[in-house]
Amino acid sequence: MSHVTTRYFCKGVLGAAAAAALSLPAMAQDPVDGGTLNIIINPEPPILMLGINQQGPTQAVAGKIYQSLLTYSKELEPQPSIATDWEMSEDGLTYTFTLEEGVTWHDGEPFTAADVVFSYDDFLPETHPRWRNVHNRLASIEAPDDHTVVFTMEEPFPAFLMSFSVDNAPLIPKHIYEGTDYLDNEANQTPIGTGPFKFEEWNRGSYIHLVRNDDYWKDGLPHLDEIYFHVIPDAASRAAAVETGQVHMSRAEDIEFFDVPRLAGMPNLEMTTEGWEMYGPLGWLEFNTRVEPIDDVRFRKAVMHALDRDFIVENIFFGLGNPATGPINSATLFQDPDALVEYDYNLDRANELLDEMGLEPGDDGVRVSLRLLPLPYGETWDRLAEYTRQQLSEIGVDAEIEAADAGTWAERVADWDYDMTFNYLYQFGDPAIGVSRSYISDNIRRTLFTNTMGYENERVDELFNLAAGEVDPEKRQEYYSEVQQILTDELPVAWLIELGFPTIYDTRVHNAVTTAIGTNETYDDVWIEE
Amino acid sequence: MIEFWTRFARNKGAVFGLVVLVGVIALAAFAHMLFPQSPWRMTGAPFQPPGAQPGHWLGTDTLGRDIAAGIAHGARVSILVGLVSTAVAVGIGVIAGAVAGYFGGLIDTAVMRFTEFFQTIPSVVLAIVLVAILQPSIESIIIAIAIVSWPPVARLVRGEFLTLRTREFVEAARVIGQSDTRIILTQILPNSLSPVIVTASLMVATAILLESAIAFLGLGDRNMMSWGYMIGAARTVIREAWWMSFFPGFAIFITVLAINLVGEGLNDALNPRLARQGRQ
Repeated sequence: MSHVTTRYFCKGVLGAAAAAALSLPAMAQDPVDGGTLNIIINPEPPILMLGINQQGPTQAVAGKIYQSLLTYSKELEPQPSIATDWEMSEDGLTYTFTLEEGVTWHDGEPFTAADVVFSYDDFLPETHPRWRNVHNRLASIEAPDDHTVVFTMEEPFPAFLMSFSVDNAPLIPKHIYEGTDYLDNEANQTPIGTGPFKFEEWNRGSYIHLVRNDDYWKDGLPHLDEIYFHVIPDAASRAAAVETGQVHMSRAEDIEFFDVPRLAGMPNLEMTTEGWEMYGPLGWLEFNTRVEPIDDVRFRKAVMHALDRDFIVENIFFGLGNPATGPINSATLFQDPDALVEYDYNLDRANELLDEMGLEPGDDGVRVSLRLLPLPYGETWDRLAEYTRQQLSEIGVDAEIEAADAGTWAERVADWDYDMTFNYLYQFGDPAIGVSRSYISDNIRRTLFTNTMGYENERVDELFNLAAGEVDPEKRQEYYSEVQQILTDELPVAWLIELGFPTIYDTRVHNAVTTAIGTNETYDDVWIEE
Repeated sequence: MIEFWTRFARNKGAVFGLVVLVGVIALAAFAHMLFPQSPWRMTGAPFQPPGAQPGHWLGTDTLGRDIAAGIAHGARVSILVGLVSTAVAVGIGVIAGAVAGYFGGLIDTAVMRFTEFFQTIPSVVLAIVLVAILQPSIESIIIAIAIVSWPPVARLVRGEFLTLRTREFVEAARVIGQSDTRIILTQILPNSLSPVIVTASLMVATAILLESAIAFLGLGDRNMMSWGYMIGAARTVIREAWWMSFFPGFAIFITVLAINLVGEGLNDALNPRLARQGRQ
């Protein structure tokens, strides 16, 4: 090595440029200070301590109280939050974060680098499974001074920079939690963070009330005086609350898909499916590749040709989402549309493939009978199963729909006791975090959300491995492009839809969704027209 | 027979019911000829109102499946479930009621307490629980409906047996040495059948309703088109597409009404004295 000193290069985007890009929609009008924002929260979170519970509703509420080092643009570029700058060493082993100065906790104590080390080295590894995976790759976390934190990795893992969304890496106050039983600490009931809103009151079963943090570290923010999260357990009542303007906003699956087009069409409401780029949910028909004749790739290709993904998005998911074309969601990093093998909706081609396999139809027109296990997540997925069964019958595949509740489904998929089923997974920004787990042979386990299909390809294993440890983004892209080409050719699953979860909001609300984490964002820049 | 028919025909409603019922049964029987394609097949554009597309005179559902085809094929499930589950329930009820009523005493007490056990549980709830436990399928639905429907038959048959077993013709049969089984089957049972037939006809209607309720809740046989399923699946879009739930709902309504009318007609025909008293 010719360079003795470690050279750093900046991976961050300047905050000013990013902020300008993010606030574009609001530029026509000047923000107004004050006002109360009313949001639906469903189901009611069990606790608001984000380091301990990371369910969706918890993230949405606690994302206003707690903060992380970074947040992410819709293109998944890291953006400053508590960290103003961040650098990765050229060998990809050391990350140095510079912290914002003058940040205080809601109880007035100053926030320092010691809090960061405590959060990421002590607290979260104990309480947060996803952070534990990140922590396992770390050799050390150190704070050379009060405003600098240095992470040292065991091996290069560039996806590390995607690990700092607030749901994955919330900052926890050391002065409250150090030396205590984290799960049992009384302070869990009165969360203390650095965010723009402070916890005020929680009337269980009714509402959660957050108020403006007057000492917030960003000058002049937040705009809002307070936020109420309203607990509304009944789906019809939630739709009515949005419709009548009782609340300003619904998020995630608050509004059932079939009600979304109607609400989105109302003149006083706005609907967007943006703000899920960090999670990149991808839905598919999952094959058990151990079962005959599914083990033959021609059969899987025939199924892919038999399903009309445009029809699925338009008519089953009410237009929410996009047709999926491959293993990586187009919102996730390193998706390469040019590398994908394409499958048009073509029943003749599907029938040809099956004929080629020698799967001859019997007298009743049936070539083979298989079991189809629907995903027990409600009506939409039931319709998808019915559609799939019908389409498969068009190519002589008799798929019998089996009835299963959520528990049975989880048990049977984990136990590989299925022929075909449906599933959807989050991708968390980087393929090394949320994509490879479904296709590498190391991860063929009797556990949900692993490679339950039993798909094996040595080259795929190798490519995912190389890409995860590769610091050069261009090389990573090459590896991921090749892996996408192989996977779309071999079809471990039949990708169907990039799910779009709707955020529906009052047109007077500005900046409701500005980043890749959508409604989990701090909302310091959200404002309401008078 | 002619006398039976005259008495039945005196009830205009019953004749109407019979006509409708025959129509529904014909629809079920010829569904595969009227609508040769699978009712699950997406034959048209989704969300088409009645008459908007040729060949879909009752419209299409959220996926473009023909509503008329669904109703015709759904009639099969309704008729099948109605008849088979009633037959099973009547079978269980007659045996339990006959044994209890004929032998009396401890056996009677035991059987009746057992019957009451089933009667105290709300039948819809029990049926749903049974289907959920047995895994939803056409067989489990029939079994569940039969299990919740037999107690009234048992009580009815027991009552008939209690009065009939002390009659002279039964005493006579006993004196000439007929066995208990033979007395039950050839002497008492034929004489207690009229009310059982009337009750059974009404049970068919209840069974169809119950099957619809189960399918509506999403516990139906996932591979068979049924009216309850159609309403359940269309319920979510009722504001935009009334026809998807209205037509199957109307099918259930008219079928159940027809069976009830026929049941009343049978009552008039089989129990002429009671019927006339009731009418005055």
